Amino acid sequence: MFPSPVHIYTDGSDAEDHVSSAFVIRHQKKRNIHHQTQLSLAANAIILAGVVCVWLQPCDLPSPQFTRDTLKGHSRPESSSRSAFLDQRDTLWMRSAGAWRDAGLYGLLDEITNSAEEVPRFLAVGSACVLALLRWASSFHGSLFPHLTLSSDEMVAEFSQMLDWSDSALRSFAWHPHTDKFAVALLDDSIRIYKSNSSATPTLKHRCQRSVCALQWKPLCGSALAVACQSCLLIWHVDPTSLSTRPSSGCAQVLSHPGHSPITSIAWSPTGSLLVSASPVDTGMMVWDVAAESAVPLQRVGGGGVTYLSWSPDGSRLLAATPSALFRVWETRMWTCERWPCLKGSCQSACWSPDGGCLLLSMQGERVIYALTFSDLTGGSKAASVVADLSETSFPGPDGDLTVGGEVCSLSWDPRGERLAVLLKGDSQAVNHPSVIAVFKTRSSPVFELLPCGFVMGEAGAEPRFMQFHPHFQHGALLTVCWSDGRISHVPFYFSSAGLLGGDSPQQALASNTADHSSNKLYTEQIS
Amino acid sequence: LEDSAGGPGPVVVWSAVSSIAWSVLLLPVTAAVFVLLSRFSLFHPIQWISECTSLLTASSSIFSLVVLCGVVLITGLFNLEFYTLVPSIPCSRMALLGTVLHPRQCVHSLVYCTMGMLVMWCASVTIGGRYSTLGIPCRQSESGEVVTCLNEYHLFLLLAGAFMGYSHSFLGVVQNMYYVSFQPIQQYKYPRFKGCLPMVVKCSVIQSLYSARNFAALYLFFGYAPKTWISSTLHLQIDSSLQPLDSLTGLLEFSLLYHLTISGTFLYFTWYLTVLLFRIYVTEVLKCEGFIVGYIKANDITLVPVLKMNLMFFALQDLALLSQHSLSRRLEVFSLSQPGGHPHNWNAISRECLSLLSELTQRLVAHQDAVASNGRVKSQSASSDTRSASLSSSEDIAETPRLGVPLRTPGSVFKSSVGGVHSALTAPFTPDVDSPFSSPAIRRLVGQQEPLSPWFGTVQSPHIMRRGPKLWSASTGETARLKLTFTLSLNHGFSLSKMFSSNVQLPEASSQALFADSQVHIWALQGLSHLVAASFSEDQFGVVQTTLPNILSCLVVLLEAVDRHFKLPHASSKPVRAVCRMGDSTYKTLRFALRAALKTAIYKITTTFGEHLNAVNISTEHRKRLQQFLEFKE
Repeated sequence: MFPSPVHIYTDGSDAEDHVSSAFVIRHQKKRNIHHQTQLSLAANAIILAGVVCVWLQPCDLPSPQFTRDTLKGHSRPESSSRSAFLDQRDTLWMRSAGAWRDAGLYGLLDEITNSAEEVPRFLAVGSACVLALLRWASSFHGSLFPHLTLSSDEMVAEFSQMLDWSDSALRSFAWHPHTDKFAVALLDDSIRIYKSNSSATPTLKHRCQRSVCALQWKPLCGSALAVACQSCLLIWHVDPTSLSTRPSSGCAQVLSHPGHSPITSIAWSPTGSLLVSASPVDTGMMVWDVAAESAVPLQRVGGGGVTYLSWSPDGSRLLAATPSALFRVWETRMWTCERWPCLKGSCQSACWSPDGGCLLLSMQGERVIYALTFSDLTGGSKAASVVADLSETSFPGPDGDLTVGGEVCSLSWDPRGERLAVLLKGDSQAVNHPSVIAVFKTRSSPVFELLPCGFVMGEAGAEPRFMQFHPHFQHGALLTVCWSDGRISHVPFYFSSAGLLGGDSPQQALASNTADHSSNKLYTEQIS
Repeated sequence: LEDSAGGPGPVVVWSAVSSIAWSVLLLPVTAAVFVLLSRFSLFHPIQWISECTSLLTASSSIFSLVVLCGVVLITGLFNLEFYTLVPSIPCSRMALLGTVLHPRQCVHSLVYCTMGMLVMWCASVTIGGRYSTLGIPCRQSESGEVVTCLNEYHLFLLLAGAFMGYSHSFLGVVQNMYYVSFQPIQQYKYPRFKGCLPMVVKCSVIQSLYSARNFAALYLFFGYAPKTWISSTLHLQIDSSLQPLDSLTGLLEFSLLYHLTISGTFLYFTWYLTVLLFRIYVTEVLKCEGFIVGYIKANDITLVPVLKMNLMFFALQDLALLSQHSLSRRLEVFSLSQPGGHPHNWNAISRECLSLLSELTQRLVAHQDAVASNGRVKSQSASSDTRSASLSSSEDIAETPRLGVPLRTPGSVFKSSVGGVHSALTAPFTPDVDSPFSSPAIRRLVGQQEPLSPWFGTVQSPHIMRRGPKLWSASTGETARLKLTFTLSLNHGFSLSKMFSSNVQLPEASSQALFADSQVHIWALQGLSHLVAASFSEDQFGVVQTTLPNILSCLVVLLEAVDRHFKLPHASSKPVRAVCRMGDSTYKTLRFALRAALKTAIYKITTTFGEHLNAVNISTEHRKRLQQFLEFKE
C-alpha cells in the first residue's frame, strides 16, 4: 500500500463547497459539474509503474546548459554608477534639465527642493508641497495596488512565468509552434535560437532588449519571434535559412506605447494575425497589428494592470489575469469580457484545453487547481470548480520519504490534451520537500478526468523553474523543463493517443530504457 | 436598388445620420465643459460655479448652441460627402498642390473657415468680458468724447477661428483625414468610442496648441492688415490707449493665450468628435445576414449593376469574419445548389477573391516593369494623378470602379445569371475556364514562371536589381532631402514654397499608392485561406478541391510579385510614425500588412493540408515554393 500522491476530488458536492469559499459565484444557480475521476489503486499502480525513468534525448533536440558565471548580466543601472564620478556642481538650470531628463517630474521637483538656497523661497516651498502631494497620491494608489510600488525589474521578476526570474540564468523559453526549434532568453539579455539537426545557434541582441520576460513565436510563420522587454515589444524576424549567427538589430521591429512598460506577457492569436501585450502598470492591454505597427488599447478599470495572457488554442477566448484578485476572460469576436473576481489571491498560471472549452487555473498561494468550462451553447460554468487538491503528502522515494505538494506555480497542458504538468513549489527549508513537476493523465470526454501519472524531479539542488510542452511531438508528449542550474531538458512521454485507440494504453516509455541512468539522475517516481 | 447605386448607399447614410445625431447630443456636454474651463478662476470657486450655471441657462447660450449644432450638422455632411475607404495618395508635389487647389477643396476650406469663425464667435460670447463684442465704447484721448472702437480681442479670436478652420481643412487633405480605415479587431460602438475618446482629446489639445502658436506668429507679423481693414470698413476707431495685439507684449499675455488654446481645443474637439463618431458608425460590422452569401442566396444581386466600393469592403470583411467564426455559414459556402448540385457560392466567392488578387499581381508587375524600363514610375504616376485629382468621392467610386480594373468589375461576385450558368456548366468537374488566369496578362506572367523561360529570374530580376539601385542611388541625397522636407512639412504645417520646388516623385508615395486599397486584398486572403483550411474537414462534396490549384498558384504568383516589389528601393522602408494626429495613417503600412497576411494565408493552407499538397496539380516552380512553406523556411 502506498499513499496516493495527490488527493483528487471524486465527490462533486465537496468540490462545490470549495468553490463557494474561493470564488464569488456569479449567479445563484449552481450547475452540476461532477468531475468524476476513476481513481483506483490498481489502476494507479499500473500507470505509475508504466512511467519508468524517462530520461533520454528524444530525436536530437539540443539541451543546452547555461550557468550564471558564463553569462554576464548587464551592468548596474546608470544611477548607481554615479558614485564613481567626482561631484561637480552645475548651474541650477543644467541640474534641473538633467533631473527632468533622467527622472521626469519627480526628479525635477526633487532637485528644486534640494537646492532651496539657490531658488526663490516660494518655488522651493511650492515644489516641496507638490512633491509631498504626489508622493501621498502615489502611495495611496500603491496601497490599493501594492505591485505599483515595485521597481520595473522587481515587477518583471514578480509576474514572470519563469520562477525566481531575477536569480535565474534562463529568463524565458519558447518552442516554435510548428518546427523543432526553440528560443531561450538569457541573463545577459541575449536570446539564442536552437534548432534540431543544426549546430548554428543565432544570438539575438538589441539595444532595447532588456529584462526579457516572455517570448513567443508567431504561429503560421517561420521567422517572427515576439519578445516582451522592459521598455518595449520587439518582433525579431530571424530568417530560418540564413546561416548568420548574429542577425542585425535591423531585423527587429520595435513596438512601444507610452505607459505600457514593462511588458510581462504576450500572446499571439492562433491565426498569427494579432499580438496582445500586457503590462502590470497599464490597465489596458494592447492588441497589435504587428505588420502595420498599430495598436488598439482595450481598457478596463479595475485590477490595476494585466500580468498574464493566454489565448485559447481555438482562438475564441483570451484569459487576462490582473495583479489583484480578479481575472477576465475576453471573447475575441467582439472583444467583450467576463469578469471573474476571486476571493483570495491573483491568478498565477493557467492553461487551456486544446479545444478551448476548459480552462485550468491556479491562484497565488493556493494548493488547488480550478477549472472553468466554456461553451457557446450553454455559456459555460458559472463558477470555477476545484478539480485537484495538491496539499503536501508524504511519499516513499528512493532515499527515504519525500514530501510532495504545495503551491501550484505553473500549469501546462500538452497539445493533445492527454497530459497535464503541474509545477508544485517545494519548501526550501525542509530536507525532503523539493519542487517537483506532477504529471497527470487527462481526458476531457465524456467527463473530465484527472489521473495521477508520475513526478518529474531534478538533480540534487536543481529545481524546475519553467516548463512547456512541445507543440507537435509525434509519439506522445514532450515536456521541456528549465532547471535552476541553467539546464534545459526534455522529458518525453510515449503513448498512443487514447482518442485513436479508444482506450488507455499502458505501454508508455517502452523504448526509453536504453538511457544511461548513472549520468542522468533525473527520474520519475518508480513504484516497486 | 438602382437608386442606391448612385448615392453613397443607404447603409452609410443611416450610419452618418446616427453619428451626426450623437454628435449633436454630445454637444451640450462639451459646451458645458468648455464654459467651465473658460471661466475658471481658482480663487473664487463659488462665484465661478454660479456664473457658469447662470450662463448655461441663459437664452444667449441657447442661441450659441443652435449655431454650434448647425456647425456640427455641416461637419457631418462634409464627412459623408468626402469620406473614402481608399486614400488618395498624391505621388508628386504637383499632384498634392493640385489636390489642395482643387475647386472642391477650395469650397471645403472656405466652409471650414466660416465654421471656424462661427464657433469662435460663440466661444468669445461665452467667455464674455473683454472678448464679447466687436465694437466697444472708448474715449478718444484728445477730444474726450465716447466713440465705438474696434475690440481687437474679439477680432483676434475670430481670425484664429478662420485660421484653424483653414488649417483643419488643409491638414485634412495632407493627412487624409477623410480616410476611414478598419480596425484589426471588432468592437461594439460604445467601448470603441470610450477607448478612442482620450486620443481625440489629446489630439485636439495638441493640434490647438500648434495652431495657437502658428496663429500667434502669423498675427504678430500680418495682424496689422486685417485690423486696419476691418476698422476702416466698419468705421471703427482703434483705441490707441490699449496695448495693440500685434506686438510681442500684447501677445504674450497668459489669459489671452489660455483662452485662445481653450477655444481652439473646443473647436477641434467638436470636429474631431464628429469625425470619430462617423468612423465608428461606418466601420461597424453590420449584423444583417452576410453580404456575400446573403446576396447570392437571395439572388437579387443581378439588380446591382456595379458593386460599389464600400459594399465590396463590407462584403469582403464579412467573408473574412464568416470564414473564421461561423461554421454554419461556412457550410453554406461549401453547399451545392439544390437542383443541379453546383457549388455556386464557392465558385462565386473564389472567383471574386482570385480576380482581386490577380489584379493586384498585375498592378505590381506593371509597376515593376515601369521601374525597370526607365527607373521612373511613369504609368503609376499618371494613374495616381487622376486618382488624386478625382479626390475619390463616393460618386466617383460608384461610377468608375478603380479596383475592378478593365478585366473584371468587382461586381462579378454577385454577377449575373450568365456567369453563374457558365460556371455551373463547367464546375465542378472541369477546370474553371473562367478562372482569373484566362486573362492574357496573367497567362504571360504564369508563363514566365516556367523554369525554361529565359526571361524570368535569370535575366530580368538581376536587371532590375542592377539598374534600380543605381538610378536611385545617384539621387539618394536628393530624395532623402525631399523626404525629409516632406515629412517635416507634414509635421509642422505646410509651406507651399517647398511644394513648388520640384516635381520629383515622392519616393514612398508610389509604393503606398499601389497598396492603397489593400485592405480588401487582406480580407480576401484571410477569407480564402480560412475557407480552404476549413474545407479540409468541413467540405463534404469536395468543391474546394477543384479550385485549389488555382488558389495556390495565384497566391504564389502574388507572393513573388510582392517579394520583387519589396526589393525596389524605398518600398521596404517604414514610414515615420505619427505621434498624435487625427488623420489615419494606416494606409502607409498596408503593404507590410498585405505581405504578412499573404504569408500567413499560404502557411494556413500548407499547415492544414500538409503532405496532401503534393497531390495537387501545380507547376513545379510553385511546388518548390510551397515546399519552402511546408518546411517553415519562409
